[in-house]
Amino acid sequence: MTRDDLLLILSALDEPIFLVRANRQISLMNRAAEHLFGLGLTGRDFVHAIRDPDALKCVEAGLSGAASTAAVITLPFPVRTIYRITSVHLESGGMDAKAIVTLADISHIHEAEQMRSDFVANVSHELRSPLTALAGGIETLKGAARNDAQARDRFLAIMEREAARMNRLVGDLLSLSRVEVNAHMRPSTPVDLRSVVEKAVAALDAHARALNRAIRLDRGEGEFIVPGDEDELTQVFHNLLDNALKYAQENTEVNVSIAHAGDVPGLGGRAVAVAVADRGPGIAPEHMPRLTERFYRVDDGRSREKGGTGLGLAIVTHVLNRHRGRLMIESVEGVGSTFRVCLPLAATAKGG
Amino acid sequence: MPEHTVKAFAEELEGLGQSIATMGGLAERQLADAVTSIERRNLSLAERTAEADIEIDRLEQEIESQAILMIARRQPMASDLREIICAVKISTDLERVGDLAKNIARRAERIFESHPQRAMPAFVRMARLAMQQIKEVLDAYSRRDTAKALEVWKADAEIDAAYNSLFRELLTYMMEDPRDIGSCTHLLFGAKNLERVGDHATNIAEMVYYLVEGEPLAEQRLRLDDTERGRPVEPEQPTSA
Repeated sequence: MTRDDLLLILSALDEPIFLVRANRQISLMNRAAEHLFGLGLTGRDFVHAIRDPDALKCVEAGLSGAASTAAVITLPFPVRTIYRITSVHLESGGMDAKAIVTLADISHIHEAEQMRSDFVANVSHELRSPLTALAGGIETLKGAARNDAQARDRFLAIMEREAARMNRLVGDLLSLSRVEVNAHMRPSTPVDLRSVVEKAVAALDAHARALNRAIRLDRGEGEFIVPGDEDELTQVFHNLLDNALKYAQENTEVNVSIAHAGDVPGLGGRAVAVAVADRGPGIAPEHMPRLTERFYRVDDGRSREKGGTGLGLAIVTHVLNRHRGRLMIESVEGVGSTFRVCLPLAATAKGG
Repeated sequence: MPEHTVKAFAEELEGLGQSIATMGGLAERQLADAVTSIERRNLSLAERTAEADIEIDRLEQEIESQAILMIARRQPMASDLREIICAVKISTDLERVGDLAKNIARRAERIFESHPQRAMPAFVRMARLAMQQIKEVLDAYSRRDTAKALEVWKADAEIDAAYNSLFRELLTYMMEDPRDIGSCTHLLFGAKNLERVGDHATNIAEMVYYLVEGEPLAEQRLRLDDTERGRPVEPEQPTSA
Protein backbone atom coordinates (compact mmCIF):
# COMPACT_ATOMS: atom_id res chain seq x y z
CA MET A 1 0.00 0.00 0.00
CA THR A 2 1.37 3.36 -0.93
CA ARG A 3 1.34 6.44 1.19
CA ASP A 4 -1.32 7.98 -1.02
CA ASP A 5 -3.54 4.91 -0.62
CA LEU A 6 -3.17 5.16 3.12
CA LEU A 7 -4.00 8.86 3.07
CA LEU A 8 -7.10 8.13 1.00
CA ILE A 9 -8.33 5.50 3.44
CA LEU A 10 -7.61 7.58 6.53
CA SER A 11 -9.26 10.64 5.01
CA ALA A 12 -12.49 8.69 4.62
CA LEU A 13 -12.70 8.61 8.41
CA ASP A 14 -14.37 11.41 10.36
CA GLU A 15 -11.92 11.49 13.21
CA PRO A 16 -8.70 13.51 12.98
CA ILE A 17 -5.79 11.06 12.64
CA PHE A 18 -2.03 11.61 12.83
CA LEU A 19 0.82 9.27 12.02
CA VAL A 20 3.71 10.27 14.27
CA ARG A 21 7.42 9.43 13.92
CA ALA A 22 9.66 8.29 16.72
CA ASN A 23 10.97 11.83 17.21
CA ARG A 24 7.37 13.08 17.60
CA GLN A 25 7.30 14.67 14.16
CA ILE A 26 4.06 14.36 12.20
CA SER A 27 4.46 11.99 9.30
CA LEU A 28 0.92 12.15 7.97
CA MET A 29 -2.38 13.90 8.71
CA ASN A 30 -5.76 12.83 7.35
CA ARG A 31 -8.21 15.35 5.95
CA ALA A 32 -10.16 15.65 9.21
CA ALA A 33 -6.94 16.53 11.03
CA GLU A 34 -5.99 19.15 8.45
CA HIS A 35 -9.47 20.59 8.66
CA LEU A 36 -9.13 21.02 12.41
CA PHE A 37 -5.49 22.02 12.70
CA GLY A 38 -4.61 23.51 9.36
CA LEU A 39 -2.19 22.58 6.63
CA GLY A 40 1.57 22.65 6.70
CA LEU A 41 2.19 20.73 9.91
CA THR A 42 3.58 17.60 8.29
CA GLY A 43 7.24 17.18 9.16
CA ARG A 44 6.94 19.37 12.23
CA ASP A 45 6.75 18.34 15.86
CA PHE A 46 3.31 17.28 17.15
CA VAL A 47 3.33 20.12 19.69
CA HIS A 48 2.64 22.58 16.88
CA ALA A 49 -0.72 20.86 16.37
CA ILE A 50 -1.75 20.33 19.99
CA ARG A 51 0.07 21.96 22.89
CA ASP A 52 -1.99 20.45 25.70
CA PRO A 53 0.45 18.79 28.14
CA ASP A 54 -1.81 15.76 28.68
CA ALA A 55 -2.11 15.25 24.93
CA LEU A 56 1.68 15.32 24.59
CA LYS A 57 2.10 12.80 27.39
CA CYS A 58 -0.38 10.51 25.66
CA VAL A 59 1.43 10.76 22.33
CA GLU A 60 4.78 10.07 23.99
CA ALA A 61 3.41 7.04 25.80
CA GLY A 62 2.27 5.60 22.49
CA LEU A 63 5.65 6.34 20.91
CA SER A 64 7.61 4.75 23.71
CA GLY A 65 5.89 1.40 23.44
CA ALA A 66 2.79 1.35 25.60
CA ALA A 67 0.30 -0.56 23.44
CA SER A 68 -2.47 1.99 23.62
CA THR A 69 -2.95 5.06 25.77
CA ALA A 70 -5.86 7.45 25.98
CA ALA A 71 -6.48 10.80 27.62
CA VAL A 72 -9.31 13.30 27.76
CA ILE A 73 -8.44 16.83 26.70
CA THR A 74 -10.39 20.01 26.16
CA LEU A 75 -9.76 22.34 23.23
CA PRO A 76 -11.51 25.55 24.29
CA PHE A 77 -11.53 27.44 20.96
CA PRO A 78 -13.27 28.19 18.63
CA VAL A 79 -15.93 26.08 20.32
CA ARG A 80 -15.22 24.32 23.58
CA THR A 81 -14.84 20.67 22.56
CA ILE A 82 -13.83 17.67 24.61
CA TYR A 83 -11.77 14.99 22.88
CA ARG A 84 -10.52 11.58 23.79
CA ILE A 85 -7.02 11.39 22.34
CA THR A 86 -5.71 7.86 21.75
CA SER A 87 -2.15 6.94 20.91
CA VAL A 88 -1.50 3.44 19.54
CA HIS A 89 2.03 2.09 19.23
CA LEU A 90 3.12 0.81 15.79
CA GLU A 91 5.98 -1.65 15.98
CA SER A 92 6.77 -2.07 12.30
CA GLY A 93 4.98 -2.04 8.95
CA GLY A 94 7.19 0.07 6.78
CA MET A 95 5.16 3.20 7.29
CA ASP A 96 7.26 6.06 8.50
CA ALA A 97 5.55 6.13 11.90
CA LYS A 98 5.88 4.80 15.43
CA ALA A 99 2.38 5.72 16.60
CA ILE A 100 -1.13 6.46 15.34
CA VAL A 101 -2.85 9.27 17.19
CA THR A 102 -6.62 9.76 16.88
CA LEU A 103 -9.07 12.27 18.32
CA ALA A 104 -12.67 11.37 19.16
CA ASP A 105 -15.16 14.15 19.93
CA ILE A 106 -16.81 13.11 23.20
CA SER A 107 -18.32 16.47 24.12
CA HIS A 108 -21.89 15.19 24.13
CA ILE A 109 -21.08 12.08 26.10
CA HIS A 110 -19.08 14.09 28.59
CA GLU A 111 -21.85 16.64 28.97
CA ALA A 112 -24.49 13.93 29.42
CA GLU A 113 -22.45 12.15 32.07
CA GLN A 114 -21.80 15.42 33.85
CA MET A 115 -25.53 16.23 33.84
CA ARG A 116 -26.41 12.75 35.05
CA SER A 117 -24.03 12.83 38.00
CA ASP A 118 -25.17 16.37 38.87
CA PHE A 119 -28.77 15.19 38.75
CA VAL A 120 -28.15 12.15 40.95
CA ALA A 121 -26.31 14.33 43.45
CA ASN A 122 -29.18 16.83 43.47
CA VAL A 123 -31.90 14.21 43.89
CA SER A 124 -30.02 12.55 46.73
CA HIS A 125 -29.63 15.89 48.40
CA GLU A 126 -33.30 16.79 47.94
CA LEU A 127 -34.48 13.47 49.36
CA ARG A 128 -32.00 13.44 52.22
CA SER A 129 -33.35 16.55 53.96
CA PRO A 130 -36.94 15.36 54.44
CA LEU A 131 -35.68 11.89 55.30
CA THR A 132 -33.46 13.33 58.00
CA ALA A 133 -36.39 15.27 59.40
CA LEU A 134 -38.51 12.10 59.41
CA ALA A 135 -35.82 10.04 61.11
CA GLY A 136 -35.32 12.76 63.69
CA GLY A 137 -39.03 12.97 64.34
CA ILE A 138 -39.31 9.22 64.81
CA GLU A 139 -36.40 9.16 67.23
CA THR A 140 -37.90 12.00 69.24
CA LEU A 141 -41.30 10.29 69.39
CA LYS A 142 -39.71 7.08 70.60
CA GLY A 143 -37.78 8.92 73.25
CA ALA A 144 -38.22 12.36 74.69
CA ALA A 145 -41.66 13.15 73.30
CA ARG A 146 -43.16 9.71 73.97
CA ASN A 147 -45.49 10.80 76.71
CA ASP A 148 -45.82 14.47 75.78
CA ALA A 149 -49.05 14.91 73.79
CA GLN A 150 -48.26 18.43 72.63
CA ALA A 151 -44.74 17.56 71.47
CA ARG A 152 -46.13 14.43 69.80
CA ASP A 153 -48.60 16.50 67.80
CA ARG A 154 -45.96 18.98 66.77
CA PHE A 155 -43.50 16.37 65.56
CA LEU A 156 -46.18 14.35 63.81
CA ALA A 157 -47.17 17.51 61.90
CA ILE A 158 -43.55 18.06 60.85
CA MET A 159 -43.20 14.45 59.75
CA GLU A 160 -46.42 14.66 57.77
CA ARG A 161 -45.18 17.75 55.98
CA GLU A 162 -41.83 16.19 55.12
CA ALA A 163 -43.40 12.95 53.91
CA ALA A 164 -45.69 14.99 51.68
CA ARG A 165 -42.67 16.88 50.33
CA MET A 166 -40.91 13.64 49.45
CA ASN A 167 -44.07 12.39 47.83
CA ARG A 168 -44.29 15.48 45.64
CA LEU A 169 -40.64 15.15 44.70
CA VAL A 170 -41.00 11.53 43.69
CA GLY A 171 -44.14 12.42 41.75
CA ASP A 172 -42.33 15.18 39.87
CA LEU A 173 -39.37 12.92 39.13
CA LEU A 174 -41.72 10.31 37.67
CA SER A 175 -43.47 12.97 35.58
CA LEU A 176 -40.16 14.22 34.27
CA SER A 177 -38.98 10.75 33.44
CA ARG A 178 -42.23 9.91 31.64
CA VAL A 179 -42.03 13.04 29.52
CA GLU A 180 -38.40 12.39 28.66
CA VAL A 181 -39.11 8.85 27.51
CA ASN A 182 -41.63 10.21 25.02
CA ALA A 183 -39.63 13.28 24.14
CA HIS A 184 -39.12 12.51 20.47
CA MET A 185 -42.71 11.49 19.84
CA ARG A 186 -44.81 14.51 19.09
CA PRO A 187 -48.38 14.01 20.35
CA SER A 188 -51.12 14.26 17.74
CA THR A 189 -54.48 14.05 19.53
CA PRO A 190 -56.46 17.28 19.13
CA VAL A 191 -56.83 18.97 22.52
CA ASP A 192 -59.05 21.93 23.36
CA LEU A 193 -56.50 24.16 25.03
CA ARG A 194 -59.05 26.56 26.47
CA SER A 195 -60.76 23.71 28.26
CA VAL A 196 -57.45 22.48 29.70
CA VAL A 197 -56.64 25.95 31.02
CA GLU A 198 -60.12 26.41 32.45
CA LYS A 199 -59.88 23.13 34.32
CA ALA A 200 -56.45 23.99 35.72
CA VAL A 201 -57.67 27.38 36.91
CA ALA A 202 -60.73 25.79 38.53
CA ALA A 203 -58.59 23.17 40.26
CA LEU A 204 -56.37 25.79 41.87
CA ASP A 205 -59.12 28.28 42.65
CA ALA A 206 -59.70 27.08 46.22
CA HIS A 207 -55.95 27.00 46.88
CA ALA A 208 -55.70 30.58 45.60
CA ARG A 209 -58.43 31.84 47.87
CA ALA A 210 -56.88 30.08 50.85
CA LEU A 211 -53.72 32.09 50.12
CA ASN A 212 -55.65 35.37 49.77
CA ARG A 213 -54.94 35.56 46.10
CA ALA A 214 -57.16 35.25 43.03
CA ILE A 215 -56.86 33.87 39.52
CA ARG A 216 -58.42 35.87 36.73
CA LEU A 217 -58.96 34.19 33.37
CA ASP A 218 -59.37 35.88 30.00
CA ARG A 219 -60.74 33.13 27.76
CA GLY A 220 -59.86 34.74 24.44
CA GLU A 221 -61.76 34.52 21.16
CA GLY A 222 -62.13 31.65 18.77
CA GLU A 223 -61.03 28.09 18.98
CA PHE A 224 -57.70 26.88 20.26
CA ILE A 225 -57.15 23.28 19.19
CA VAL A 226 -53.60 21.98 19.52
CA PRO A 227 -52.09 18.56 18.86
CA GLY A 228 -51.22 17.41 22.34
CA ASP A 229 -51.35 15.24 25.39
CA GLU A 230 -54.12 16.54 27.64
CA ASP A 231 -52.59 15.25 30.89
CA GLU A 232 -49.19 16.74 30.18
CA LEU A 233 -50.65 20.11 29.16
CA THR A 234 -52.76 20.12 32.30
CA GLN A 235 -49.60 19.62 34.33
CA VAL A 236 -47.93 22.55 32.56
CA PHE A 237 -50.63 24.99 33.59
CA HIS A 238 -50.94 23.46 37.01
CA ASN A 239 -47.19 24.01 37.59
CA LEU A 240 -47.23 27.57 36.24
CA LEU A 241 -50.28 28.54 38.28
CA ASP A 242 -48.83 26.91 41.36
CA ASN A 243 -45.61 28.91 40.94
CA ALA A 244 -47.51 32.14 40.29
CA LEU A 245 -49.57 31.67 43.44
CA LYS A 246 -46.46 30.90 45.45
CA TYR A 247 -44.70 34.08 44.51
CA ALA A 248 -47.54 36.52 43.92
CA GLN A 249 -47.93 39.16 46.57
CA GLU A 250 -50.80 38.74 48.97
CA ASN A 251 -54.13 40.17 47.80
CA THR A 252 -53.04 40.37 44.20
CA GLU A 253 -54.33 38.56 41.15
CA VAL A 254 -52.71 36.03 38.91
CA ASN A 255 -53.83 36.88 35.39
CA VAL A 256 -54.23 34.11 32.85
CA SER A 257 -55.02 34.97 29.25
CA ILE A 258 -55.37 32.96 26.07
CA ALA A 259 -54.86 34.50 22.66
CA HIS A 260 -53.70 33.81 19.15
CA ALA A 261 -50.03 34.58 18.68
CA GLY A 262 -48.54 35.45 15.35
CA ASP A 263 -45.20 36.67 16.59
CA VAL A 264 -43.57 33.63 18.13
CA PRO A 265 -40.16 32.88 16.57
CA GLY A 266 -40.03 29.36 15.18
CA LEU A 267 -43.77 28.69 15.33
CA GLY A 268 -44.87 30.52 12.21
CA GLY A 269 -48.08 32.50 12.36
CA ARG A 270 -50.40 29.80 13.63
CA ALA A 271 -49.90 29.58 17.35
CA VAL A 272 -51.70 30.13 20.62
CA ALA A 273 -50.15 31.79 23.64
CA VAL A 274 -51.33 31.30 27.20
CA ALA A 275 -49.85 33.88 29.56
CA VAL A 276 -49.66 33.45 33.33
CA ALA A 277 -48.78 36.76 34.96
CA ASP A 278 -48.12 37.45 38.63
CA ARG A 279 -47.37 40.55 40.69
CA GLY A 280 -44.56 38.97 42.62
CA PRO A 281 -40.97 39.98 43.38
CA GLY A 282 -39.86 39.31 39.81
CA ILE A 283 -36.74 37.51 38.67
CA ALA A 284 -33.32 39.14 38.32
CA PRO A 285 -31.76 38.89 34.84
CA GLU A 286 -28.81 36.76 35.96
CA HIS A 287 -31.17 33.94 36.96
CA MET A 288 -33.12 33.88 33.71
CA PRO A 289 -30.93 31.52 31.67
CA ARG A 290 -31.03 28.90 34.42
CA LEU A 291 -34.66 29.06 35.51
CA THR A 292 -35.70 25.88 33.75
CA GLU A 293 -32.76 23.88 35.05
CA ARG A 294 -33.71 21.03 37.34
CA PHE A 295 -33.48 21.98 40.98
CA TYR A 296 -32.36 25.51 40.14
CA ARG A 297 -33.86 27.95 42.61
CA VAL A 298 -33.52 31.71 42.74
CA ASP A 299 -34.02 31.72 46.50
CA ASP A 300 -33.34 28.34 48.11
CA GLY A 301 -34.89 29.00 51.49
CA ARG A 302 -38.07 30.60 50.22
CA SER A 303 -38.66 27.91 47.60
CA ARG A 304 -38.32 24.98 49.99
CA GLU A 305 -40.36 26.71 52.64
CA LYS A 306 -43.22 27.03 50.16
CA GLY A 307 -42.93 23.32 49.40
CA GLY A 308 -41.33 23.58 45.98
CA THR A 309 -39.57 20.56 44.46
CA GLY A 310 -37.35 22.56 42.10
CA LEU A 311 -38.63 20.55 39.12
CA GLY A 312 -41.76 22.47 38.13
CA LEU A 313 -40.25 24.50 35.29
CA ALA A 314 -38.08 21.60 34.11
CA ILE A 315 -41.25 19.57 33.59
CA VAL A 316 -42.94 22.48 31.80
CA THR A 317 -39.97 22.85 29.46
CA HIS A 318 -39.82 19.17 28.62
CA VAL A 319 -43.54 18.95 27.93
CA LEU A 320 -43.40 22.03 25.71
CA ASN A 321 -40.39 20.64 23.84
CA ARG A 322 -42.32 17.50 23.18
CA HIS A 323 -45.23 19.56 21.90
CA ARG A 324 -42.86 21.64 19.74
CA GLY A 325 -43.91 24.71 21.70
CA ARG A 326 -41.96 27.34 23.62
CA LEU A 327 -41.87 28.91 27.04
CA MET A 328 -41.15 32.64 27.10
CA ILE A 329 -40.40 34.36 30.37
CA GLU A 330 -40.53 38.08 31.03
CA SER A 331 -39.86 39.59 34.39
CA VAL A 332 -39.19 42.91 36.05
CA GLU A 333 -37.78 42.93 39.56
CA GLY A 334 -40.19 44.52 42.01
CA VAL A 335 -43.06 44.38 39.52
CA GLY A 336 -43.77 40.76 38.55
CA SER A 337 -43.31 37.99 36.01
CA THR A 338 -45.15 36.66 32.98
CA PHE A 339 -44.72 33.10 31.77
CA ARG A 340 -46.02 32.65 28.24
CA VAL A 341 -46.73 29.16 26.90
CA CYS A 342 -46.74 29.14 23.09
CA LEU A 343 -48.04 26.14 21.17
CA PRO A 344 -48.58 25.55 17.46
CA LEU A 345 -52.24 25.25 16.51
CA ALA A 346 -53.58 22.10 14.87
CA ALA A 347 -53.50 22.28 11.10
CA THR A 348 -57.25 22.28 10.58
CA ALA A 349 -58.10 24.73 13.38
CA LYS A 350 -60.48 27.56 12.54
CA GLY A 351 -60.23 31.14 13.62
CA GLY A 352 -56.50 31.58 12.95
CA MET B 1 28.88 27.02 7.36
CA PRO B 2 29.44 23.39 6.31
CA GLU B 3 26.25 21.56 5.37
CA HIS B 4 25.95 19.27 8.35
CA THR B 5 26.33 22.28 10.61
CA VAL B 6 23.60 24.12 8.71
CA LYS B 7 21.32 21.14 9.22
CA ALA B 8 22.19 20.85 12.89
CA PHE B 9 21.62 24.56 13.36
CA ALA B 10 18.24 24.37 11.60
CA GLU B 11 17.28 21.53 13.91
CA GLU B 12 18.35 23.55 16.92
CA LEU B 13 16.21 26.45 15.78
CA GLU B 14 13.25 24.13 15.24
CA GLY B 15 13.91 22.72 18.72
CA LEU B 16 13.73 26.22 20.16
CA GLY B 17 10.33 26.71 18.52
CA GLN B 18 9.24 23.41 19.97
CA SER B 19 10.25 24.43 23.48
CA ILE B 20 8.28 27.66 23.14
CA ALA B 21 5.21 25.75 21.97
CA THR B 22 5.54 23.29 24.85
CA MET B 23 5.94 26.12 27.33
CA GLY B 24 2.94 27.80 25.74
CA GLY B 25 0.86 24.68 26.26
CA LEU B 26 1.76 24.63 29.93
CA ALA B 27 0.88 28.31 30.34
CA GLU B 28 -2.45 27.77 28.53
CA ARG B 29 -3.24 24.89 30.87
CA GLN B 30 -2.34 26.94 33.95
CA LEU B 31 -4.62 29.74 32.87
CA ALA B 32 -7.52 27.43 32.00
CA ASP B 33 -7.24 25.60 35.31
CA ALA B 34 -7.05 28.83 37.32
CA VAL B 35 -10.21 30.16 35.69
CA THR B 36 -12.02 26.82 35.99
CA SER B 37 -11.15 26.56 39.66
CA ILE B 38 -12.84 29.92 40.27
CA GLU B 39 -15.78 29.25 37.97
CA ARG B 40 -16.50 25.82 39.48
CA ARG B 41 -15.42 26.77 42.99
CA ASN B 42 -12.90 23.96 43.01
CA LEU B 43 -10.42 24.70 45.75
CA SER B 44 -8.24 21.62 45.21
CA LEU B 45 -7.81 22.50 41.54
CA ALA B 46 -6.83 26.02 42.56
CA GLU B 47 -4.17 24.66 44.91
CA ARG B 48 -2.78 22.26 42.31
CA THR B 49 -2.61 25.07 39.78
CA ALA B 50 -0.65 27.29 42.12
CA GLU B 51 1.93 24.53 42.60
CA ALA B 52 2.40 23.56 38.95
CA ASP B 53 4.28 26.74 38.04
CA ILE B 54 7.67 25.06 38.46
CA GLU B 55 7.72 23.33 35.09
CA ILE B 56 7.16 26.59 33.24
CA ASP B 57 10.03 28.27 35.07
CA ARG B 58 12.29 25.35 34.22
CA LEU B 59 11.51 25.62 30.52
CA GLU B 60 12.27 29.33 30.54
CA GLN B 61 15.73 28.64 31.92
CA GLU B 62 16.27 25.86 29.43
CA ILE B 63 15.33 28.10 26.51
CA GLU B 64 17.62 30.84 27.76
CA SER B 65 20.58 28.45 28.14
CA GLN B 66 19.97 26.96 24.75
CA ALA B 67 19.78 30.41 23.17
CA ILE B 68 23.05 31.53 24.72
CA LEU B 69 24.78 28.35 23.55
CA MET B 70 23.49 28.83 20.03
CA ILE B 71 24.61 32.44 19.86
CA ALA B 72 28.04 31.56 21.18
CA ARG B 73 28.54 28.55 18.92
CA ARG B 74 26.83 29.56 15.70
CA GLN B 75 27.18 33.35 15.72
CA PRO B 76 23.94 33.69 13.82
CA MET B 77 22.88 36.66 11.75
CA ALA B 78 19.71 38.34 10.52
CA SER B 79 16.58 36.18 10.75
CA ASP B 80 18.35 33.38 12.62
CA LEU B 81 19.49 35.84 15.26
CA ARG B 82 15.99 37.29 15.48
CA GLU B 83 14.57 33.79 15.97
CA ILE B 84 16.80 33.18 18.94
CA ILE B 85 16.31 36.57 20.59
CA CYS B 86 12.53 36.40 20.08
CA ALA B 87 12.40 32.93 21.57
CA VAL B 88 14.07 34.23 24.73
CA LYS B 89 11.74 37.22 24.97
CA ILE B 90 8.62 35.15 24.29
CA SER B 91 9.65 32.67 26.95
CA THR B 92 9.78 35.53 29.44
CA ASP B 93 6.25 36.58 28.52
CA LEU B 94 5.02 32.99 28.87
CA GLU B 95 6.68 32.64 32.25
CA ARG B 96 4.83 35.77 33.39
CA VAL B 97 1.54 34.34 32.11
CA GLY B 98 2.15 31.25 34.23
CA ASP B 99 2.81 33.47 37.25
CA LEU B 100 -0.36 35.47 36.63
CA ALA B 101 -2.36 32.25 36.41
CA LYS B 102 -0.83 31.13 39.67
CA ASN B 103 -1.83 34.42 41.30
CA ILE B 104 -5.40 34.09 40.07
CA ALA B 105 -5.57 30.57 41.50
CA ARG B 106 -4.17 31.80 44.81
CA ARG B 107 -7.03 34.26 45.17
CA ALA B 108 -9.65 31.59 44.57
CA GLU B 109 -10.42 30.91 48.21
CA ARG B 110 -10.88 34.61 49.03
CA ILE B 111 -13.16 34.98 46.04
CA PHE B 112 -15.29 32.00 47.08
CA GLU B 113 -15.76 33.30 50.58
CA SER B 114 -18.65 35.52 49.75
CA HIS B 115 -19.66 34.54 46.27
CA PRO B 116 -20.04 37.57 44.02
CA GLN B 117 -22.23 35.54 41.69
CA ARG B 118 -23.38 38.51 39.69
CA ALA B 119 -19.88 39.38 38.58
CA MET B 120 -18.92 35.83 37.58
CA PRO B 121 -20.25 35.82 34.00
CA ALA B 122 -18.35 39.02 33.21
CA PHE B 123 -15.16 37.66 34.80
CA VAL B 124 -15.38 34.38 32.93
CA ARG B 125 -16.04 36.20 29.65
CA MET B 126 -12.93 38.30 30.17
CA ALA B 127 -10.93 35.21 31.05
CA ARG B 128 -11.99 33.51 27.84
CA LEU B 129 -10.91 36.56 25.85
CA ALA B 130 -7.46 36.45 27.46
CA MET B 131 -7.15 32.71 26.94
CA GLN B 132 -8.15 33.04 23.32
CA GLN B 133 -5.52 35.74 22.76
CA ILE B 134 -2.80 33.49 24.15
CA LYS B 135 -3.99 30.56 22.06
CA GLU B 136 -4.13 32.56 18.84
CA VAL B 137 -0.74 34.18 19.34
CA LEU B 138 0.93 30.85 20.07
CA ASP B 139 -0.63 29.43 16.91
CA ALA B 140 0.64 32.49 15.05
CA TYR B 141 4.14 31.85 16.39
CA SER B 142 4.09 28.17 15.38
CA ARG B 143 3.10 29.14 11.86
CA ARG B 144 5.01 32.39 11.61
CA ASP B 145 1.65 33.94 10.71
CA THR B 146 1.93 37.75 10.87
CA ALA B 147 -1.68 38.32 9.83
CA LYS B 148 -2.85 36.35 12.83
CA ALA B 149 -0.35 38.14 15.07
CA LEU B 150 -1.75 41.49 13.94
CA GLU B 151 -5.28 40.34 14.75
CA VAL B 152 -4.21 39.43 18.27
CA TRP B 153 -2.46 42.76 18.64
CA LYS B 154 -5.58 44.68 17.62
CA ALA B 155 -7.94 42.58 19.74
CA ASP B 156 -6.21 43.72 22.94
CA ALA B 157 -8.64 46.65 22.97
CA GLU B 158 -11.45 44.21 23.68
CA ILE B 159 -9.77 42.97 26.82
CA ASP B 160 -9.12 46.48 28.04
CA ALA B 161 -12.79 47.31 27.45
CA ALA B 162 -13.89 44.18 29.30
CA TYR B 163 -11.66 45.13 32.22
CA ASN B 164 -13.08 48.65 32.44
CA SER B 165 -16.61 47.32 32.35
CA LEU B 166 -15.92 44.73 35.05
CA PHE B 167 -14.20 47.38 37.16
CA ARG B 168 -17.31 49.56 37.09
CA GLU B 169 -19.58 46.62 37.81
CA LEU B 170 -17.56 45.55 40.84
CA LEU B 171 -17.49 49.11 42.16
CA THR B 172 -21.29 49.22 42.20
CA TYR B 173 -21.50 45.90 44.05
CA MET B 174 -19.01 47.08 46.64
CA MET B 175 -20.93 50.28 47.18
CA GLU B 176 -24.22 48.41 47.47
CA ASP B 177 -23.01 46.04 50.17
CA PRO B 178 -19.79 46.59 52.11
CA ARG B 179 -19.68 42.90 53.04
CA ASP B 180 -18.84 42.16 49.42
CA ILE B 181 -15.83 44.47 49.34
CA GLY B 182 -13.33 41.75 50.25
CA SER B 183 -14.28 39.22 47.63
CA CYS B 184 -14.94 41.86 44.96
CA THR B 185 -11.48 43.30 45.51
CA HIS B 186 -9.90 39.90 45.01
CA LEU B 187 -11.97 39.39 41.88
CA LEU B 188 -10.76 42.79 40.71
CA PHE B 189 -7.12 41.81 41.23
CA GLY B 190 -7.85 38.60 39.35
CA ALA B 191 -9.29 40.67 36.50
CA LYS B 192 -6.21 42.87 36.52
CA ASN B 193 -4.11 39.74 36.18
CA LEU B 194 -6.21 38.73 33.19
CA GLU B 195 -5.63 42.11 31.60
CA ARG B 196 -1.90 41.58 32.07
CA VAL B 197 -2.19 38.19 30.37
CA GLY B 198 -3.71 40.03 27.43
CA ASP B 199 -0.76 42.43 27.42
CA HIS B 200 1.69 39.53 27.27
CA ALA B 201 -0.21 38.09 24.33
CA THR B 202 0.25 41.42 22.61
CA ASN B 203 3.98 41.38 23.41
CA ILE B 204 4.30 37.94 21.84
CA ALA B 205 2.36 39.17 18.81
CA GLU B 206 4.89 41.98 18.38
CA MET B 207 7.70 39.42 18.57
CA VAL B 208 6.11 37.25 15.91
CA TYR B 209 5.78 40.25 13.63
CA TYR B 210 9.37 41.35 14.25
CA LEU B 211 10.60 37.81 13.75
CA VAL B 212 9.09 37.56 10.28
CA GLU B 213 9.21 41.14 9.02
CA GLY B 214 12.51 42.18 10.53
CA GLU B 215 11.17 45.41 11.92
CA PRO B 216 9.12 46.30 15.00
CA LEU B 217 5.32 46.37 14.95
CA ALA B 218 4.62 49.76 16.47
CA GLU B 219 6.34 52.52 18.34
CA GLN B 220 3.59 52.97 20.93
CA ARG B 221 0.65 50.92 21.96
CA LEU B 222 -2.67 52.56 22.62
CA ARG B 223 -3.57 52.29 26.28
CA LEU B 224 -7.30 52.04 26.56
CA ASP B 225 -7.30 51.32 30.24
CA ASP B 226 -8.77 54.63 31.37
CA THR B 227 -8.93 53.60 35.00
CA GLU B 228 -5.22 54.24 35.13
CA ARG B 229 -5.25 57.48 33.23
CA GLY B 230 -6.61 59.36 36.21
CA ARG B 231 -10.13 59.85 34.93
CA PRO B 232 -12.45 59.06 37.83
CA VAL B 233 -14.55 55.97 37.31
CA GLU B 234 -17.67 56.18 39.41
CA PRO B 235 -21.18 54.80 39.14
CA GLU B 236 -23.94 57.39 38.72
CA GLN B 237 -24.69 59.17 41.95
CA PRO B 238 -28.32 59.81 42.84
CA THR B 239 -29.05 63.51 42.57
CA SER B 240 -29.98 65.02 45.91
CA ALA B 241 -33.59 66.15 46.29
